[in-house]
Amino acid sequence: MNLGNLPSLGYILPELILVVTILAVFIADLVVREKERLGELALAGAALSLLAVARLASTPGGWLFSKMIVQDPFGVFFKVIFALAAMAAIWMSLDSKEITGPNQGEYYGLLLSSTLGMYFMASSANLLMAYLSLEFVSLTSYALTGYLRHDRRSGEAALKYLIYGGVASGTMIYGMSWLFGLAGSLDFVQINSALAHGDPNKLAVFIAVLLTLAGFGYKVAAVPFHMWVPDVYTGAPIPVSAFLSVGSKAAGFALLMRVFYPALSQLGADGSWQFLPGVDWPQLVLVLSMVTMTLGNLSALSQRNLKRLLAYSSIAHAGYMLMGFVVLSNEGLRAMMFYMVVYYLMNIGAFLVVMIVANSTGREDIDGYRGLAWRGGAAPAVAMAIFLFSLTGLPPLAGFVGKFYLFAAVIRQQLYFLALVGVLNSVISLYYYARVVRTMFLDLPEGDEAPVTVSMHNGALMWGLSAATIVLGLYWAPIIALADRSLQFFMG
Amino acid sequence: MDHILTYMTFVPIAGALIVLCLPSAAHNLIRWTAAIATVPPLLLAIWLFVNFDRTQAGFQFVEHYPWIPSFNIEYFVGVDGISITMVLLTALLSFLCMFASWGIEKAVKGYFALFLLLDAAMMGVFVALDFFLFYIFWELMLLPMYFLIGIWGGPRREYAAIKFFLYTLAGSVLMLLALLALYFTQTPHTFDMTKLMAAHATYSHSFQTVIWIALFIGFAIKIPAFPFHTWLPDAHVEAPTAISVILAGVLLKMGTYGILRINFGMLPQATAELSYYFLGALGTFNIVYGALCAMAQKDLKKLVAYSSISHMGYVMLGMASFTPQGIQGAVLQMFNHGTVTAMLFLLVGVIYDRAHHREIEGFGGLASIMPVYTGVTGLAFFAAMGLPGLSAFISEVLVLLGAWQKYPGLTAISASAVILTAGYLLWTLQRMFLGKVNEKYVSLAEISGREIFTLAPLAVIVVILGVYPHAILDLMSRSLNSLNQLVLASL
Repeated sequence: MNLGNLPSLGYILPELILVVTILAVFIADLVVREKERLGELALAGAALSLLAVARLASTPGGWLFSKMIVQDPFGVFFKVIFALAAMAAIWMSLDSKEITGPNQGEYYGLLLSSTLGMYFMASSANLLMAYLSLEFVSLTSYALTGYLRHDRRSGEAALKYLIYGGVASGTMIYGMSWLFGLAGSLDFVQINSALAHGDPNKLAVFIAVLLTLAGFGYKVAAVPFHMWVPDVYTGAPIPVSAFLSVGSKAAGFALLMRVFYPALSQLGADGSWQFLPGVDWPQLVLVLSMVTMTLGNLSALSQRNLKRLLAYSSIAHAGYMLMGFVVLSNEGLRAMMFYMVVYYLMNIGAFLVVMIVANSTGREDIDGYRGLAWRGGAAPAVAMAIFLFSLTGLPPLAGFVGKFYLFAAVIRQQLYFLALVGVLNSVISLYYYARVVRTMFLDLPEGDEAPVTVSMHNGALMWGLSAATIVLGLYWAPIIALADRSLQFFMG
Repeated sequence: MDHILTYMTFVPIAGALIVLCLPSAAHNLIRWTAAIATVPPLLLAIWLFVNFDRTQAGFQFVEHYPWIPSFNIEYFVGVDGISITMVLLTALLSFLCMFASWGIEKAVKGYFALFLLLDAAMMGVFVALDFFLFYIFWELMLLPMYFLIGIWGGPRREYAAIKFFLYTLAGSVLMLLALLALYFTQTPHTFDMTKLMAAHATYSHSFQTVIWIALFIGFAIKIPAFPFHTWLPDAHVEAPTAISVILAGVLLKMGTYGILRINFGMLPQATAELSYYFLGALGTFNIVYGALCAMAQKDLKKLVAYSSISHMGYVMLGMASFTPQGIQGAVLQMFNHGTVTAMLFLLVGVIYDRAHHREIEGFGGLASIMPVYTGVTGLAFFAAMGLPGLSAFISEVLVLLGAWQKYPGLTAISASAVILTAGYLLWTLQRMFLGKVNEKYVSLAEISGREIFTLAPLAVIVVILGVYPHAILDLMSRSLNSLNQLVLASL
């Protein structure tokens, strides 16, 4: 299936729904006085878009818009995650003390625009499309990060984000220009055949890959492009941090997988991938993965601000997920996709509790959590413990299953050293996650801390995510089967 | 009775869920509910003890269901002669410890819910025959234990809790890698322990050695063997009484149980090669080192904690001997240490509840103030010492007899350490119970009925097994002999 412009429209219904919703939000912003309604409108749009995505799950793969966009199960899988991330972020924003005031229309519009960009990122079939969608996501993210206009941290974060983003995307597009020069095409399929059948200069291909990696590394928050993460997560409004930590990371991984697997490798009959001759990128990513998780975890050890701690933990998790990326097998990719789902549950959950506490006490530092379990209403503390232990990777929580599949893929390829570094990192991470749990449960309140109240609105999401984290830790067969089915790249 | 092991494992979890639904203020209701939830496992354990077929070496009461078919993960449980002793011990101590926890007043609901979860996880470890399931239960134990030590423990509880958590997790992640490596050796890939055991001859030599050591480190942390033992004194001393009992009585045995089940069963060749250093010599070192450390302690609970390190050394030495006496002695010692050390920790708890400190030097002449307490303590101390007629004597003698045939040097050292053990225990008895009465404590209350109730069953078992050890030995001899043959065949 290779469709032109007009016939393609039927297959981008989810994107169209988002566009319509974005416009509707902007127009409604002019007339509606109760700005909370805008959030509800955005939520409804995201939900409709999710339904439209789900409906596309069973359609056969194909090219849209003259091979600019590809429709395949892989893209659908990630779009579901983006839509869910957007819905969770909007849900959180509806009851956030940071997202108030007259500018909410812009905020929800930007959030949905960012989601739209992510949709396109996951379904790019062309370097140009990949670059444009990535930039679209970046630009909207900068604005979202700087949403708190009167907060200096928010402004500083947005500026840092912008500068790092500019450098990374500049490097990336330079690398893409090399790829174009070597392959003579922007199209992923043609790049693949040109590199496989031609005889490109190996060094040149390696440099091109290295430079391209910069842009993706920046999006997934991998070392050495991670420096923006702590500042941005700390400065941005909490729902935005949650959205970026899951959505933006998933989008980066989706594009990374699409470029490095179908475009730069070839699938063997046994489900293992062979990277194209000369492009020895797995060794490089292997080192990046180990450095990323170690640096993220070691830096998190001394953090006292919860958002900053979660930012470093998010870097570490990018490192874990990269483990599935370097093994060159469908098992590794499946493990990454499964991990994305799990990561969505536990990381959104952790940020949600941070927001609940911040709404109630105005504090984000760890001392604000002292004796949280004993101040009356232990629910947020219990939920936070579930999310943090899941992030550590302890059974019977979903995070363990995610890590288990990653390690299984690594051990399968006999990369024992990588696996060892990975598990030792899990032990290190326990220390800082458990420190938060300790402060909440083992320390007693000093008397003046107010109890943290949970609204019905936030409580529903919190318990939903906690329950899903536990249930997926006990029975995850449907999700792994879904990841398995979704692991199909349409290559014509 | 088809699903007896499943009931034993999951009834406490159901109990925990019920406890969570009760009102927080209804302390007695919560206590009784929790205690009642441990009764079915105990009754089923007794049924199991009666109905277990002692002539079979293989697994009995097996249940086998697919869980995650795409990864070939199964719900697979069963018991053989090795695990049934531990199942009995777990069911008994879980039940008794509920009553030893009666004095907990802080966040009662949380305490009993976590305790029941811990019970289930412990039982699960001993009955699991799917390696993945085993790992899940093994790790599931960590969370409740962390909170139980961390919230209800002594003054340095936070430090002790996180130290326990980090040490154990570090060991278990190595086990995770080892279990995955074993999983991928088979086609089709499997976590089924019986299949992994049957395939032991197919593993290459270097693979066996590496996996053996990774697994050993994980288990040695739990035993705990020197140099991984430093979490133990902290955790045991800071934990509340009932949790110390569980830690010493059941959790330590998981280390040696894991070595027997997995290192011995799946990697017999590496076991034959590495056991002298890693189990025999290290075990002997543990015996002497633990005893010397115990002798230097001023805190009674710390003394008991170090004595555990010493006594677990006998288990390691016996396992390393590859003789029927040695290995049976080792598992019997696991059971006996479970009962004896449980008594010791309960007794420490009794005196601590009254005097609010545990300094050995701070007491004196307690024999005239609390004669019943003194009597029970004397029995427990003599049992720990290995006095003939009490249970631990049999197991230690079996271990030493078995080890003598293989390692006379190590055995001579270990046997001499019995003098050290007698030394620190008798010296403690003398300082606490004899001599001049400390005027501060003349009004200490005698041991209560509830406390007697927790101690009496253990005391009875200690005496019975001292004169009739076959009650336990018969259960395990078949399974252990066949395991031993397996290792001997690859010597």
